[in-house]
Amino acid sequence: MLNRTAENVARATPEPLARKVRGISDKGLAWLFISPTILLLLAINIFPLFWAIYLSFTNYRANRPNEVVKNLGLANYQRILGDQDIWIAMQTTAHFVFWTIMLQTLIGFTLAWLIDRKFRGHAFWTTLILVPMMLSPAVVGNFWRFLYEPQIGLFSYVISFVSGIPPTSIQMLSNVSLAPWSIIIVDTWMWTPYVMLICLAGLRSIPEYIYEAAEVDRASNWRQFWSITLPMALPFIMLAVLFRGIENFKMFDMVNLLTGGGPGSTTEVASITLKRQAFESWRTGYSSAFAIILFVAVFGLANIYVKALNKVKQR
Amino acid sequence: MSLTTAHSVVAPSANSKRIAGAIIIAYALISIVPLLWIFATSFKTPPDSIAYPPKIVFQPSIEGYCNLFTTRTRQTPEYINSLGPATGFCDETVRKRNMVIAGPSNFLPRFVNSLIIAFGSTFCAVFLGTLSAYGFSRFKVPLADDLLFFILSTRFMPPIAVAIPIYLMYRELGLSDTALGMILLYTAVNVSLAVWLLKGFIDEIPREYEEAAMIDGYTRLQAFWRTVLPQATTGIAATAIFCLIFAWNEYAFAALLTSGSAQTAPPFIPTIIGEGGQDWPAVAAGTTIFLVPILVFTILLRKQLLRGITFGAVRK
Repeated sequence: MLNRTAENVARATPEPLARKVRGISDKGLAWLFISPTILLLLAINIFPLFWAIYLSFTNYRANRPNEVVKNLGLANYQRILGDQDIWIAMQTTAHFVFWTIMLQTLIGFTLAWLIDRKFRGHAFWTTLILVPMMLSPAVVGNFWRFLYEPQIGLFSYVISFVSGIPPTSIQMLSNVSLAPWSIIIVDTWMWTPYVMLICLAGLRSIPEYIYEAAEVDRASNWRQFWSITLPMALPFIMLAVLFRGIENFKMFDMVNLLTGGGPGSTTEVASITLKRQAFESWRTGYSSAFAIILFVAVFGLANIYVKALNKVKQR
Repeated sequence: MSLTTAHSVVAPSANSKRIAGAIIIAYALISIVPLLWIFATSFKTPPDSIAYPPKIVFQPSIEGYCNLFTTRTRQTPEYINSLGPATGFCDETVRKRNMVIAGPSNFLPRFVNSLIIAFGSTFCAVFLGTLSAYGFSRFKVPLADDLLFFILSTRFMPPIAVAIPIYLMYRELGLSDTALGMILLYTAVNVSLAVWLLKGFIDEIPREYEEAAMIDGYTRLQAFWRTVLPQATTGIAATAIFCLIFAWNEYAFAALLTSGSAQTAPPFIPTIIGEGGQDWPAVAAGTTIFLVPILVFTILLRKQLLRGITFGAVRK
């Protein structure tokens, strides 16, 4: 992704057209075009980020703006790293990220691999499959709460119809061991099409002659799959995993609407903890420190992953 | 050729195609059931919506839509009989349940907020994005790679983490719970997508067009206006729809930063409460109305979808 940017820039600017245009040089014009975006991002992203960094060293509480703000140094960070609840929330988040990505990649790749056969009407069915990912997670989460209702919901009805378990015991949202899965199921339903679409692009990018050559060499279909299809599609699969990973690390809307973090704190992911600390307990300084830690974690992991991705691409 | 042929080019057998097709169709049908259920529920009466076993065949009713757009109060049958004849469809439907319409609900203002904020932020993001994308595509910008990565990285931050300082900043500036504040915020979030996508589209337009125009005496700005913009129209339209869908669907910022006057539909719809709990037909009606534009856009966007969801990192 990043390597490509470098290429594009190099390709797009073979020779600087140095000429004056009504007193504005190309360089001036470039800045004129780019600076509004940069300024907006500085105002809405970077300035607040630095504010959050400043707050993370204090005991500021947003609901008591007139209280004297004390500088605590690194105390907030120390407390977070020693806070059992925060570690549990991070574990819960990791658990969600792991399972959603596993399921979405497996199902998504399989679907893409099947669609790639171009059976009759594949375009129509592909479009139909893509619909869930275009919806608002809030609306989706809210509606799945209805489907999960043990006494009236369609999901519970179907499960009890198939398995014979009475619907009252299918408490997807309030049973401690089922609640995490209720969220994983909805997330997988919603985002598998996303992974599928990217995998499909990967499969379509494999040149035909490679398969023809393999056919000549009498490579078995199994062999072709492992030595051609999978390695060639791997950078695309990794890209899908990267995007889904970042998004699911930030997961908030669906959890907030389906379980609100409960029962107990079994589905309390990092974003939910952050919301509770920041907007319910109003520990603004403390939650800012947590926000900074989360940002550094996503940023760092994404960077490491992008490097790995580029290595795979270059192979 | 056997069943497991991996690639279409090596001509998969008719049988393998048929099996693949059957699995895909089955998956599509199952995955679409929750949506069909929302649509069906929006035309049920409240008792029908919570019947067990779930009703697949039911008498359609527009009560959900009436409840969505109005607030109702329960009255005694005597009082309702003492009123004059029902005015209109909704009034009649609601009276059947011993209720009268007390006034409009909050749904319409929230829906209008969604429209204003989504379209406003989309316009701003696409405008700024087009300028920046052109800047990055055609000029030698110092540190271009770093700037582009910086623009992308603004998306890494969890919305809740951004919401804390934004909340404080908006409180100071008087932007809390205003449409303007939300438009600015969504513009900032969307502009990263707009720059990355549009840069891809503009990179594909040959530079020779502008150079020819400039040799003909156009200034650079005129060349941009007359040659690049018309060629980039498709890309700009696709980008706009992606930004629109994001702003339309956004929930986290809306839930945390708006409470009343600037609230959009996504945080509002889950709060629709009827008598004795959530009014599911009304929620379903709100959801259905809210989904229609997205479904239309999805169909229009089919071909560009891949680019949009990967920030242009993958082309089709």
